[in-house]
Amino acid sequence: MFESIDMSLVDWSRGQFALTAMFHWVFVPLTLGLSFIVAFMHTIYFRTGQEEWKKMTKFWMKLFGINFAIGVATGIILEFEFGTNWSNYSWFVGDIFGTPLAVEGIFAFFLESTFIAIMFFGWNKVSKRFHLAASWLTAFGANLSAVWILVANSWMQNPVGTVFNPLTARNEMTSFWDVALSETAVIKFLHTITSSFLLASIFVIGVSAWFLLKNREVLFARRSTIIAGVFGVLAALVTILTGDSSARDIARTQPMKLAAIEGLFDGQTRAPLLAIGALRRDATKMPDGNEKFIFKIGFPGVLSYMVHLDTDGFVPGISDLVYGNEEQGILSYEERIERGSVAIQTLKEMKRAKDRGDEVTYAAMAEKFSDPKWVEDYFQHFGFGYFKKADLDDLIPNVKLNFYSFHIMVILGVHFLILSAIALWLAMRNRWGNHKWLLWIALLSIPLPWIASQAGWVVAELGRQPWVVYELMPTIAAVTRLDAGAVQLTFWIFTLTFSALFIAEIKIMLSQIKKGPGGH
Amino acid sequence: MFGNLSHLALQQYWYVIVALLGSLLVFLFFVQGGQTFLFSIGKSENERTILVNVLGRKWEFTFTTLVTFGGAFFASFPLFYATSFGGAYWVWIIILFAFVIQAVSYEFRTKASNFLGKKTYETFLFVNGMAGTFLIGVAVATFFSGSQFALDEMNSVTWQTRARGLEAVFSVFNLSLGFTVFFLARVLGLLYFLNNIDNNNIIQRTKKQLLYNVIPFVLFFLLFTVLLMLRDGYAVNPDTGEVFMEPYKYFNNLVQMPLVLVIFLGGVMMVLGGILTSLLRDYSNGIWFAGPGTVLVVFSLFMLAGFNNTAFYPSAYDLQSSLTIQNASSSHYTLVSMSYVSMFVPFIFAYIWFAWRSLNRKKVTEEEMKEDAHY
Ligand code: HDD
Ligand code: HEM
Ligand code: HEM
Repeated sequence: MFESIDMSLVDWSRGQFALTAMFHWVFVPLTLGLSFIVAFMHTIYFRTGQEEWKKMTKFWMKLFGINFAIGVATGIILEFEFGTNWSNYSWFVGDIFGTPLAVEGIFAFFLESTFIAIMFFGWNKVSKRFHLAASWLTAFGANLSAVWILVANSWMQNPVGTVFNPLTARNEMTSFWDVALSETAVIKFLHTITSSFLLASIFVIGVSAWFLLKNREVLFARRSTIIAGVFGVLAALVTILTGDSSARDIARTQPMKLAAIEGLFDGQTRAPLLAIGALRRDATKMPDGNEKFIFKIGFPGVLSYMVHLDTDGFVPGISDLVYGNEEQGILSYEERIERGSVAIQTLKEMKRAKDRGDEVTYAAMAEKFSDPKWVEDYFQHFGFGYFKKADLDDLIPNVKLNFYSFHIMVILGVHFLILSAIALWLAMRNRWGNHKWLLWIALLSIPLPWIASQAGWVVAELGRQPWVVYELMPTIAAVTRLDAGAVQLTFWIFTLTFSALFIAEIKIMLSQIKKGPGGH
Repeated sequence: MFGNLSHLALQQYWYVIVALLGSLLVFLFFVQGGQTFLFSIGKSENERTILVNVLGRKWEFTFTTLVTFGGAFFASFPLFYATSFGGAYWVWIIILFAFVIQAVSYEFRTKASNFLGKKTYETFLFVNGMAGTFLIGVAVATFFSGSQFALDEMNSVTWQTRARGLEAVFSVFNLSLGFTVFFLARVLGLLYFLNNIDNNNIIQRTKKQLLYNVIPFVLFFLLFTVLLMLRDGYAVNPDTGEVFMEPYKYFNNLVQMPLVLVIFLGGVMMVLGGILTSLLRDYSNGIWFAGPGTVLVVFSLFMLAGFNNTAFYPSAYDLQSSLTIQNASSSHYTLVSMSYVSMFVPFIFAYIWFAWRSLNRKKVTEEEMKEDAHY
């Protein structure tokens, strides 16, 4: 069905989505975290009435505002891009996917955009209590924006609470709560939110370290460090915990992604969790008996333990998933492609029967889609049917990229925990300013949480390939049929615009920071 | 409680909600309209600061309404979302682009080291005001005039022109709505200035501009209405779902749905009343008539496009690919769950109203801007 799809169209469309999503994600996590840090400072000002706290609140609020605007600018592209560039996807899953997007608009975006105006303009116009409430509602609204879009994304990773309707050729929702409260969604939300708090904390600690290095605004910097330190330590702990849950969830729902991020080519019992490792340059994705690693250091049995809570549990590798493993009850991809083709064929015959007016055949075919056994045996593999003529290689995500992204994220997570704990400890003892080298580390660490965070999305999204909706809809089937040239053009237009806006944002941020909390 | 409603009733309910959001959006385009006067009314730096700050308190709201309009359309009529956005690619991309550059402009305009310079951000706002309103008007006109697309058995769209939607600007009918929306937004922007600014120079220029913009607005609106009433429309046979052309379809719809006729005429009167009182008398609350009037008129147009067995997103290329509120909608289950969500909307309106009032007690003056300008 999709032989005619131009691969360069798919690649440019993916590239454009990646560009815009990753750009959005530069600003979003800072918004999520900083909004709470600001609200917290505002509360202390409200309680104590000290000018120093007001100064702090206003300073971080200003940075928040600059960052927020560009987050909004990039979000609208993403929303409409589902329609413009992934229109087949939009129809196939619109019944499920549209709802969270609408709910997000109705609840979260209005809440935030209404109260952010009060937060910024309200200093002398509304009562102090109402003003404080506005800060909290803004933070709450920002984080509520995250809920629904993450629900939608989780559904793409683990499509639950839905059933395929052959009459309309799309998925339809059967349980809103199954979609909204699936384990995948809850874990994803917690991990994303707390990692964003962590990102904002490292940002605040780093910027404060700069003031200390310059010997400016010492009290301000110390207090900011303490607040961010508390936030940071807590957020780092929860981030690591929920990251571990994410991995467990992946093991259950997307074993191929797990195999890719751990570089596990052949399945094994007592599977190790790698702490660090390097893949050979010529290592292919397909298991071929060759050694793939230059070196690797791991903890034996830990991966098995994470997945099964048992160090002797079996964790399937790429080869088990591709070639099948009878002992473990895993079907081979070839078999799944075969069965998926049957499902697709049935759908086509059904359509043809309808066009002929052959009601009997039509009803018999439609019947199948509601027979649980047939659904389990055949329909479950529907997406694989699209890969009839494909190379098996196309069904494996990019192992190297996933492996490195995952391990960078994990290593940095540990780094942030240690950094924020030390900063908090020393700042509370009033000794944080004494160690120049530590301040330098804090300052230089500012970009690192962004790297970790983007790496997380690379794992989530590239690890899911070649599927848009896991094992139901391949990416090639999701794309809008456009001229590849048209997408290429918009890709470059966005790249150019975004680069300009990005430079503007960074320059404005830097000049605001240099002015410091005293300036205007 | 929604669960007992028929699928058709839910589809109609959601079409009404989407239509309301769309109508509200056109009213809120006063922000866009206002942005097109930054240079012609704001002669000095101070005056421009006043204009930007007055509009800046509301831009987020228009923007969020646009986003929610998109989300609600996606959720309730995903096939429209897929067909129109994916099909008329260039029109939507240009519109989107016009909104991207708007979102940063307010915040970045006056900040130190903003890289592109104040003038660029003001130009962004100007472009957003021009392109955003005009193209959305043109795009909505295709709800009546149809587009060139076909859907296959998986409901995937193939668009028949390489211009990908931009071909719509070669139709007098589509243009007439595009210009109507554009001049309407400008008029509303001017009425909003009258309502919110206390500065003699600005008020005088605003009144002069009001006169210049009302005339083209009324002419284009008349042209659009006449063309709409005379044209053939895309009718649906309710039994078979077959789409066919019916002469004077939209005129017939207006006559066959008297309530819509009343809403339409009432809205037109309110818009004109709001404008005339502001022009002829020293009246600064015109926006409170013209705004709600706009909502009523646009709402009635959506009703003409989709109700009374009409295809709301028709294909002129392949009639049977046309979208109706029945074949483009989400499932019964999804519409029911979203309907529960919609019950929160009045509550949201309430807090928005409360928040606005708490900030906008007095008109903005030059003195206030000296100490309290945010943008
Ligand atoms: C500061 C950022 C940050 C840090 C330090 C971490 N993460 Fe993370 N991670 C994210 C930011 C992030 C994220 C950006 O929020 C992601 C992307 C998608 C998602 O759900 O969250 C993510 C995704 C993500 C996924 C993929 C989920 C999926 O495919 O749906 C896994 C398995 C982990 N993380 C695991 C971890 C572990 C074990 C960490 C241990 C330290 C860790 N992450 C630290
Ligand atoms: C904001 C953080 C996000 C980032 C950084 C991000 C990143 C990416 C990247 C890198 C790709 C390209 C994958 C590839 O080319 O293989 C992609 C694709 C995609 N993502 Fe995300 N994503 C984010 C959030 C989301 C969310 C929340 C959703 C859904 C609700 C989503 C839906 C999609 C879709 C539909 C595609 C296109 C199809 C595909 O290539 O898989 N993304 N994203
Ligand atoms: C592909 C997926 C995404 C889409 C379609 C999307 C859409 C949007 C849109 C339309 C806006 C502008 C809202 C406004 O008018 O104020 C926005 C802003 C924002 N988004 Fe995203 N977003 C995506 C991914 C994410 C993710 C993954 C998160 C968080 C986890 C997130 C959190 C936010 C936040 C905090 C804002 C700030 C502005 C606001 O809430 O109004 N977004 N996004």
